Amino acid sequence: MTIPSDPKQVKQICFDRINIPNVNTLSVAREHGAYEFLPTVLKEFDSARIIDEVKTSGVRGRGGAGFPTGLKWSFVPRNTGKPTYLLCNADEGEPGTFKDRDIMRFDPHLLIEGMIMAGFALGVHDAYIYIRGEFLHEANVMNDAIAEAYAANLLGDNILGSGYSMNLTVHRGAGAYVCGEETALIESLEGKPGRPRFKPPFPAVEGFYGCPTVVNNVETLATVPAILKFGGDWHASIGIPNNTGCKIFSVSGHVNKPGNYEVPMGTSLKTLIEEYCGGLQHGSVPKVVIPGGSSTPWLLAEHYDTPLTYDDMVKAGSMLGSGAIIVMDETADVVALSRRLAHFYAHESCGQCTPCREGTGWLERIMVRVENGQGTEDDIQVLKEAATHMAGRTICALADGAAAPILSMLEHFPEEVRARLVEKAA
Amino acid sequence: MSAESVRFSDERLAEIEALVKRYPSPQSALMPVLYMAQEDFGYLSMDAQQMVADVLGLRLMQVREVVTFYTMFREQPCGTYLLEVCTNAGCMLNGANELVSHMCDTLGISVGETTSDGLFTVTEVECAGACGGAPVVQVNNIYHEKATPETMDAFIVKARSEGAGK
Repeated sequence: MTIPSDPKQVKQICFDRINIPNVNTLSVAREHGAYEFLPTVLKEFDSARIIDEVKTSGVRGRGGAGFPTGLKWSFVPRNTGKPTYLLCNADEGEPGTFKDRDIMRFDPHLLIEGMIMAGFALGVHDAYIYIRGEFLHEANVMNDAIAEAYAANLLGDNILGSGYSMNLTVHRGAGAYVCGEETALIESLEGKPGRPRFKPPFPAVEGFYGCPTVVNNVETLATVPAILKFGGDWHASIGIPNNTGCKIFSVSGHVNKPGNYEVPMGTSLKTLIEEYCGGLQHGSVPKVVIPGGSSTPWLLAEHYDTPLTYDDMVKAGSMLGSGAIIVMDETADVVALSRRLAHFYAHESCGQCTPCREGTGWLERIMVRVENGQGTEDDIQVLKEAATHMAGRTICALADGAAAPILSMLEHFPEEVRARLVEKAA
Repeated sequence: MSAESVRFSDERLAEIEALVKRYPSPQSALMPVLYMAQEDFGYLSMDAQQMVADVLGLRLMQVREVVTFYTMFREQPCGTYLLEVCTNAGCMLNGANELVSHMCDTLGISVGETTSDGLFTVTEVECAGACGGAPVVQVNNIYHEKATPETMDAFIVKARSEGAGK
C-alpha cells in the first residue's frame, strides 16, 4: 500500500494539470509537460513495448467494466488487411458519473496525447471521440484543442516527422444513455440508432464498419501518457495489486463538497467522503451509497470502510463501475429514488430485447403505484420477479442496471416499501 | 416551413462535404448533419429530414430512425429558451423536483410545454453528467449548475427583457 496519510501527497494521474489556468490551450499544456514524451514514444517505442508497458501498469478500463486495458489491446488482430479504429468513449451517461467531462473541458491535450500513443500502438490512422450530445461546451473545447494539435503537427500526416499519421474527429451523440455501451456506440457512430450488438464477435475483431476496433474510456486513455513516461512498474506501484493506479471518483448526492476526486485505488469509501467531500449533509453515516453509478447494487453504512477497488467492491456485493458514488444520508426517500431510476431505465431501454423493453416499463409502473400509496403486497412480488427475470437475459447490461436499484431497495428496505402499500396507507 | 425554405447554404454544403471525408461512409455523418439542420432551421421538419437524406444519399427511413431514437433531435419547434432540468438521482437528491415545479409555476406552464409568447420551454431530462453541480439546468445546451429557484427566476426575468426585443 502506498496511500499517503496526507491526501495532499497524492500524486494524481489524470488531474495533475487540472487546476492550471488555461491548460486547455496547447502552449500552456506544453509548459506543463504535455506531448513532452510523445517524440520519444514515436521514435523509440514500438507497438509491442507500449502494449507491454500498459499490461505491466495493471490499468483496468475506467469506464465501468474494469477490463485490463493492455489485454484488450493485445486482442486486436494484426495484418487483417482492414483498417483498425480507436474510439474514445466519452458518452458519460451513467447517472452519477461526471469525471470525463472535467478531463475534456480542462485538460483536452491529455486525452489527445493518450489517444495518439494508443493509436500508434494499435496501428490506427482514424480515431474518434464519441462525446455525449449534451456536452456541447466540452466538444467545442476538444475541437479547439484538436485544431491546435493539427497545426502543431501533433495530429494528421507524419506526426512530428515520425512517419506515423493519425486523424482525430469529435463526434457528438444526441441523448441516448445506451450508446455508452461499446457496441451501441459503434452503431451510433455508423449513423444508426444505438442498439447494442451481440458479442461475440467482439469489437476488437469486428467493430466499426466490421473492422478491428478498440473502444476505451476517456479516463483510461488519459492514463496512457503517464504510464509510458514513468513506466508500467511505476503505475503498478500505486494502489494495491490487481487494482493499480489512481481513479477519479465522482461523488454526488448528500455530501457537503460534491465533485471529482482522483485518489489512489484502495482509499476507503469513508476517507473519500469524510476527508475529501466534507462529510454528509445530515448525520454521521450514510443510509445508502451507490458506489459505481446508478446501475450498481447499493451499499449500506456497514460497508463504509470498504476500500475503493474493483475487487473489494465485488466482495461487498456491488461494483466499482465508473467510480460514480451517489451518497444518500438519513433524509433520503429510497422509494422515490428507485421510482426515478426505474423511469430512467424505461426511458433509455433501446427496445430490442423483450425482457428489457417490457420489464423496465413494468418496474416503472409498479414503482409509481408504490410511491403513490397505491401498491399492494402482490406488487412487491411482481417487482421481485420482473427484476430477477430481466437481469442477464438481454444483449447488453441495461436491464441488469434497471434491476439493481429495485432489488437493492427490496432487500435492504422492505419495511419502507411496505409502509407505503395501500393497506398500510389506509 | 415550405420545402423551398429548407435548403442548406453553400457554406453548409461545403462543410458537409469536408465532414463526410472524415468517416469511412457518409452515413456516419448523419448525426452531425442533423445537428446542422436543427441549428439552421430550428427543428427537424419532415422537409428538413428529407433534405438531409438527399444530401447524404440515404433513404428517408434511415434518417427517421435516427431522429426518433435520440432525444436531442426535435421534430417540433420549441421556445427561444429551452430549459432542460435534470431530475435524475444526484439532482433529485438536491431539490430538482422542487426546482422544476417552481419554474413551471413561475412560467404558468406544465413540463413539456412552451409559454404562449414562445420564449420558454421547460422539459425534464435524464442525467446531464454534471452531478457534482446538482441540480443542473441546461439552457439551450449551456449548463447552469447548482441552480436554485432564485437563480432561475433571475434568469427568466433577464431572458424576458432580452427576448422582448427580439
